[in-house]
Order: sequence, then structure tokens, then C-alpha cells
Amino acid sequence: MITITSGKGGVGKTTATANLGAALAAEGRKVCCIDGDIGLRNLDVVLGLENRIVYDIVDVVEGRCKLRQAMIRDKRLPELYLIPAAQTRDKSALSPSDMIRLTDELRGEVDYIVIDSPAGIERGFRNAIAPADEVVIITNPEVSAVRDADRIIGLIEAEQKGPAKLVINRLNAAMVKRGDMLAPEDVLELLAIELIGLVPEDENVIVSSNSGSPIVLDPKSRAGQAFRNIARRLMGEDVPFLDLDADGGLLNRLSRLMGRGG
Amino acid sequence: MPPTVQIKGIREGLLVTLGEGPWSEVQAALLAEIAEKASFFNGARLVLDVQNHILNAATLGKLRDLLADYNLSLWAVLSHSPTTEQTAQTLGLATRIHQGRADDAPASSDPETEGAEAVLVRRTLRSGSRVEYPGHVTIIGDVNPGAEIIASGDVVVWGRLRGLVHAGAEGDPEAVVCALDLSPTQLRIGEHISLAPPSRKTPRPEMAFIREGQVVAEPWSLPGQE
Repeated sequence: MITITSGKGGVGKTTATANLGAALAAEGRKVCCIDGDIGLRNLDVVLGLENRIVYDIVDVVEGRCKLRQAMIRDKRLPELYLIPAAQTRDKSALSPSDMIRLTDELRGEVDYIVIDSPAGIERGFRNAIAPADEVVIITNPEVSAVRDADRIIGLIEAEQKGPAKLVINRLNAAMVKRGDMLAPEDVLELLAIELIGLVPEDENVIVSSNSGSPIVLDPKSRAGQAFRNIARRLMGEDVPFLDLDADGGLLNRLSRLMGRGG
Repeated sequence: MPPTVQIKGIREGLLVTLGEGPWSEVQAALLAEIAEKASFFNGARLVLDVQNHILNAATLGKLRDLLADYNLSLWAVLSHSPTTEQTAQTLGLATRIHQGRADDAPASSDPETEGAEAVLVRRTLRSGSRVEYPGHVTIIGDVNPGAEIIASGDVVVWGRLRGLVHAGAEGDPEAVVCALDLSPTQLRIGEHISLAPPSRKTPRPEMAFIREGQVVAEPWSLPGQE
């Protein structure tokens, strides 16, 4: 049971949820993605399943349908399911204990449950992390996103859900090289948690989100490869990090060039 | 006899004072009270005075989630126990309300006073966490940007200090702030405010204090080596 969260909006939680879910399913694991963003549902769109929604998570919790009826099966990846959020309700339609009850029912049926958390630190966030066994924090190499990630890590530690794992999304190696973007080292120095993924910035991610086809299904995409690697790390494999810089050694070379962002 | 649960309306919401007893019974008594008066409590903002109960984050977090089931938002926890106050602050809950507690008399702000209270916090303070204490504060760990320390006495950070720090917060100009890497976003001592100095390549331990009405920071060195 993995919850994907970030604090700040727009850093790529939903994209990461869709892609990690799809990558785990492509590895043959049975996966159910849950959209925790009630009122602002997106995960169905990114997965290309919007037009197949009949029941949503609030219907399950309020007893209007069975859990299985709300699970939408992805046609491309038969092991991938989605439980969509309700669009016409808000976060208070669910409580943390509703989420725990619902996911406990799912646990026996699937190998992985991946929950997409809404932005923020309020009810929706608490609903999303209440059932989590593992929490993955998505951040961008930007001071504001890192600040919010730090706050979220503190909250997760307080809930004793830690230690959270970190994915740095939208890394632009050329900008890091010029000193215009925080380097992974700078982010890690502040957040001090385990890094499990570096995802390069890639225009194709936007194209694939718009077309409802996760980028991990594109064997040529570097971002897709990065997400596939993260999925394998979540499965316990030891996968080396992608070399995001054509010249090599991004991780080693750049930290000394960088002042601390502030 | 079940533990007592006292409810009082205050400006900030409902003040619920919990009595003595094993925590599981106290919590059960509170939830029973809420269930019984569900319509009265519905949607309320709750201030919980837990008195002497010592609560960890899991316990308090669980209670907050249970309260959420009743559509209650817990926003402040009052306690006599510094541990519980710490827990509440980690969870982002307030630990003071407007009126304050009658017995919340500020500790002496004179750092020389024998027996001046101090608190030791042995973890990194991440963004959004706040340590507020009527005495001295010692942190073993970093203080990240977005975290705050408010102390009426001195502040010592065995780590990087990059958040906001206010020593001598009740107006003591004699208070000092020490850190292994002193790069706060803002540093206040008593009434004085100073902004972060440009960050140095190689941080070194420093102590900040007031000299002639100005906040100054001096590198720390072993006595006799100056």
C-alpha cells in the first residue's frame, strides 16, 4: 500500500501514480490505483479511463455499490485497476477510517494499492496517508516544492508512517549544470530521506497525460524508463540511477558547482 | 466511575477538558460524550485540554482521525506535559489559545536564573514545525527553512539552523542563539530582528547576541584560543 504525495500542487503526483501503477502492472503485479483527490479528480483522465466511470470511491464508502463494481480495469494492462474519485463531492465525504476500511478490503485482492493524494495538508491528505504502509514524496527541484515536501515529511514522521521515500521529478540536467536549478544533492541535503527516483523533464509526459496513455508504456521515453526503474525499486530490486546527463556523472559532478538555494 | 469530560464554549470553539485515568478510558469517555451529543458537536472546532496525559504522535493522531469521523476538527491541544505539547506541535496543532492557561506563568526570562527551564528536542525540525517554550531550547538536529523556534531564553542548535529563531522572546536582550551552522531565514533576539547573512561556503559554529543595539554573530572558538 503506497501513497504518493507532495504537499505542493502540480509537481506530478497524479502522473507519478498513473505511471508507477502502470509500471507495476506491466511487471505482472496486480495493482489498484485510488484517486484520493475527491472533487478534483484527474487520475482517470491521465489513465485514459474517464469515460468508463460508473461508480466512484464515495459510492463504495456510502454503500451504493460493491468495491468490485467501482474498480475499473485498464484494457491495455489487465492487471491494472482504478478506483476513481467522486467529482461532485469534496474531501469531507471520506474520513481516514473510511479509507482504512476500504483498503483493508482491497488488500487481499491485489499486490499493490497506489493512492494519489491531493495537494495540501488537510483532510484529503490525511485520508490518503491513513492507510499507507509506504509513502512516496514527489518533489520538483524548486525551492518552494522542496519546502512543502519538507513539511509533508515532518507530518508523515509525526503520523509514524515514515521513513518516506523521495522522487525528484522534472529534473532538467542542463539547467542544473548552469546552476539555475537545485541539484539532487541540494534537495537531499535538506530533506535527508531515501531517494528512489530521478525523473528527467520530458515534454512527452504532458502529451501522454493528455492522451490518457501513461508514459511508461512508451519504451523509448527517458521519463518512462525512470518511472519503470522506480517501480522496480519499490518491488525491492536494486536498480542503478539513470545517467541523466549525456556527459556522465551528473550526480557526482554538480554538487560542488552549486550554492545552496535559498 | 468513568473519567470526566468537561465541555465549555469559548471564543475559539469548544474547550474540552479531560480528567484523570488510563488514556483508553479517557478517550472512550470523550467519544461516548460526543456520540451522545452528536448534533451539538457536529462541525465544531475543538480545543482539547489533556491535562497531565502524556501522548505520543500515533495516539494523538488517531484521536484526531476519530474526531474527524464525527466531523470535528481538533485544532489545539493544551497540556501540562512538554512531551504532549511537542507531539501536538509536530502534528501541526496549536498548544496555546488566546486566553492562555491560568497556570501558564512565563518562566523567568533571565538566563542566569538557577533552575530556568529548558527543553531538549532531539530531532530535525522540518518546515511547519514549531517549538515554543517559556525557557531555553536545545535542538539536536537541523532546523529547516519554514520551521520556527520561539524561546523566552537561549536557543542552541547542534546542527544547521536555517529556519526562524526568536530567543529572549519575552523581551530579554541578553538571550543568545548558537548553532553549528547559523544561517537562519530570520533571527530575533528580544525586540531586535536581523535577516540571514549571506550563506558561507564552509559553515562554522557561531553565537548571535545583541551588542550596542545590533544583532551580531561571532564565530565560536575554544576559550583561550581567541
